Amino acid sequence: MRQDLRYFFDLVVVLTAKEIKVRYKNSMLGYLWSIALPLCFACVFYISFKVVMRIQMENYALFLICGLFPWQWFSNSVNSSAMILLGNSSIIKKVKFPRATVCMAMVLNDGVHFLLSIPVIALFLYLHGFHPSWTWAYGLPMLFVIQFLFTYGIVLMIASINLFFRDMERLVSVLITLLFYFTPIIYSETMIPPSYQPLIALNPLASLTIAWRHLFLDGHMLVTHVSISLAWAVLLFSLGTWTFRRLSPRFAEVL
Amino acid sequence: MKPVISFRNVTKSYPLYGSFTSGIKNFLFHLPTAIKEARCGQFQALSDISFDIHSGETVGFIGSNGAGKSSILSLIAGVIQPTTGEIEVNGRVSPLLELGAGFHFELTGRDNILLNGVLLGLTKAQVLAKMDQIIDYSEIGQFIDQPIRSYSSGMLARLGFSVVAHLEPEILLLDEMLAVGDASFQKKCLRKMMEFREDNVTMVFVSHSMDDVLRICTRVLWIKDHAIFLDGSPGEVVSAYLSQNS
Repeated sequence: MRQDLRYFFDLVVVLTAKEIKVRYKNSMLGYLWSIALPLCFACVFYISFKVVMRIQMENYALFLICGLFPWQWFSNSVNSSAMILLGNSSIIKKVKFPRATVCMAMVLNDGVHFLLSIPVIALFLYLHGFHPSWTWAYGLPMLFVIQFLFTYGIVLMIASINLFFRDMERLVSVLITLLFYFTPIIYSETMIPPSYQPLIALNPLASLTIAWRHLFLDGHMLVTHVSISLAWAVLLFSLGTWTFRRLSPRFAEVL
Repeated sequence: MKPVISFRNVTKSYPLYGSFTSGIKNFLFHLPTAIKEARCGQFQALSDISFDIHSGETVGFIGSNGAGKSSILSLIAGVIQPTTGEIEVNGRVSPLLELGAGFHFELTGRDNILLNGVLLGLTKAQVLAKMDQIIDYSEIGQFIDQPIRSYSSGMLARLGFSVVAHLEPEILLLDEMLAVGDASFQKKCLRKMMEFREDNVTMVFVSHSMDDVLRICTRVLWIKDHAIFLDGSPGEVVSAYLSQNS
């Protein structure tokens, strides 16, 4: 049992290291790309909503950045999830190894890139006269784990279902666009009209986004939102693991 | 003695993926046939197969394309499950992967050895301990720190075989592996396999090259029409196979 755990750990480490090494292998700017993309989106939204549509909010640029970086991690992982098993088909068809590690390594890779972008968030906070707070010391690891479980669960579901129902891939790209606009990333939760407020609870990602933003901006861990997102994370993780377990014996047949 | 691999009345059928997976449009246009297919579209790859393989045996599977040889290998590797029947495998199974499978072409040879070794069931420490041996054996030399997209197919084959050769396999699955590489590499493979035979490693070998089968195997099973047609010594089975196909 201990040997198994040791092996599982090694497998995840080696696969994640591979993903990290490979990602920007042939690009000159490398890691800068994982920062450039959210910053670029932040610029676009800033121009559309602050400059053109005159949204009433102080530090809107900072507000955007605090939401867009966690979103980037989530959407990168989910977007590649449909193809992850297909891309590794040659090995899945031949070797019996815990296949979920491939998905885990992908989510961790995007997670590591997110961690590497936190100094950039801190820099922007500093430029706006904010300071990282001591709550980050436990807040960041907690939210990191919650978002990891959350994303990993969804990735496991999409990856395994897509082998049997290949339309999943298209569906995901549509749903992820919808989810982006239904999540309080470019607007704040307080701007949602009261009659629509209860709908926030239906969006699994809303609480997590709100929790991240408050942690970054004012150093608070919002107990309600953190608990709600933890509950979603546990639910999605269990659902994902269960789906993957059910479907994985037939992976090699349908690949 | 307890067999290392034991198949008891194993049947494997695959559902036929016809019009349904080719999209809803096709499904609706050919509704009657599609429903029929979905209900009874089964392809039987193996029907009611039983055999035992004992420790130290080198068993060759021969037969025409589509007879079910590769399904047997996949069943032994545990990547697919039998439809009915029981399979028991005692020992760590190491499949020799096809050219480049489990490799990443942007990574160096050294990184790929680690990646492949871990995917095949070793811990990181175990692979690292054997790293130098593996590199030596592969004869890739200075190119080991180059990304493997620059390797020739012969070099890839050598790298892949070197990893498997140093895994200390208990059960080795070989699917047409001697087809690649030059003469000296093939000789090296054969020598290694003879070593394995002396070390009592169980090997399962699928090939269309009767020369290789005769050279390596201690027992041959001829798979015909998804069942075992003949089971016996290499000389006997291969000559029957050749006379039927000539």
